[in-house]
Amino acid sequence: MSFDVPDDLRYLESHEWVRVSGDTAEVGITAFAQDELGDVVFVELPEEGAELTAGEDFGVVESIKAVSDVYGPISGTVTEVNDRLRDEPELLNEDPFGDGWMLEVEVADESEVDDLLSPAAYRDQIE
Amino acid sequence: MPVEFESIRTEHEAVRNEVGKFDVSHMGQITVAGPDAATLTQRLTTNDVTVLDPGEAQYGAITDEDGIMLDDTVVYRLPEGAADEFLFIPNAGHDGEMTERWLSERDERGLDATVTNRTEEYAMIAVQGPDAPDLLAAETEDVTLSALSRFEVADGAVAGIDSLIARTGYTGEPGFEILCPWDDAKAVWGALECQPCGLGARDTLRLEMGFLLSGQEFHPVDEPRTPYEAGIGWTVKLDTEFVGRDTLEGVAADGPEEELIGIELVDRGVPRHGYDVTTPDGEPIGHITSGTMSPTLGAPIALAYVPAAYAEPDESVRVVVRGEPKKARTRSTPFLDR
Repeated sequence: MSFDVPDDLRYLESHEWVRVSGDTAEVGITAFAQDELGDVVFVELPEEGAELTAGEDFGVVESIKAVSDVYGPISGTVTEVNDRLRDEPELLNEDPFGDGWMLEVEVADESEVDDLLSPAAYRDQIE
Repeated sequence: MPVEFESIRTEHEAVRNEVGKFDVSHMGQITVAGPDAATLTQRLTTNDVTVLDPGEAQYGAITDEDGIMLDDTVVYRLPEGAADEFLFIPNAGHDGEMTERWLSERDERGLDATVTNRTEEYAMIAVQGPDAPDLLAAETEDVTLSALSRFEVADGAVAGIDSLIARTGYTGEPGFEILCPWDDAKAVWGALECQPCGLGARDTLRLEMGFLLSGQEFHPVDEPRTPYEAGIGWTVKLDTEFVGRDTLEGVAADGPEEELIGIELVDRGVPRHGYDVTTPDGEPIGHITSGTMSPTLGAPIALAYVPAAYAEPDESVRVVVRGEPKKARTRSTPFLDR
């Protein structure tokens, strides 16, 4: 099975993605991750204003069969949380790179992006 | 059997609304024959096998001397004309231990019975859901399925394969479990055209009904429980002679100290196996044995052992999810009316 790995994103080995534009970034989990988890039923996310640290867990995704921590791909301050996930956690399954985004972050250090996996490197990891 | 074929939710909904099939060949099959087959099986199960006519089945527990559940099982008295009198279905991986148990009891008591572990001979396919009777009837000969009541079993051919067809299951839906020769399982499975379901949906379906899962709601070492604690005291017939009876008579008289109860989370979260249950003040009173997000109810549900005083519906409790006490209330099971 082949999973979508958009070319405009960077990735963590633990299956989170980040979309950096200027000094803001969007964060979510990958299509591969949501497929491994199965039906997502609950998402626990930090509040606006919380600090995200690269490599540290910031939230939890629960599917019917499993619980999984979610890790920050990049450090920064949370400026927006995807509130739709509260009542529609299934958006993570349906559109992980779009409507299933989790957080918007004001990036603290843009150079951290260089530590993340390129789309090609992430594709290699999951294939 | 995989955890899921498509998705747990899709498979779960297929069984609740239409029909799904499960390959449950991992369950054990043991037959008991001979003049003392009934006496032997009576000695080792809590229910009363002597009330079974040919073609009838019953649920029961297998307990040790202390009344602790080693397994739960369905005992079938096979239809007239069968070579064996009884067939029982121990849980996955228990067939060797249970065969030994029957053999050693037989030898100790000097009983005349043949006990055969047929787990490798038989495949078992469950077809469950409101449309299961119609689906199976179209592939079945030699037996009128509509005449088969719950917990009845008959000989019949499915897709031309001679099988044993039982109106039993683990989902709360109308349905059947088909025992056929191992080598013919593919033909039977293929003929029953419907959603294949995995262990994940099997678990969510049984949990909505409050059915026990071996290894979670009971385990001789990790979760030693009597049938009364596990909520299946109705399968214990104290007027029969069986291993564990004397201890269980005392438990029945005094009432169990702890009981299995349903729990529904009021706060957001998913209760899971091993999570602590506390009073609203944070005093620990028990633990979750199984939990999930119920696909049918859209609510987080669980089973937990708590002191008998809390084993009433609508008690306010807390479930500790990753260190956070979440509001919850006790509920009677099944969670679903069926």
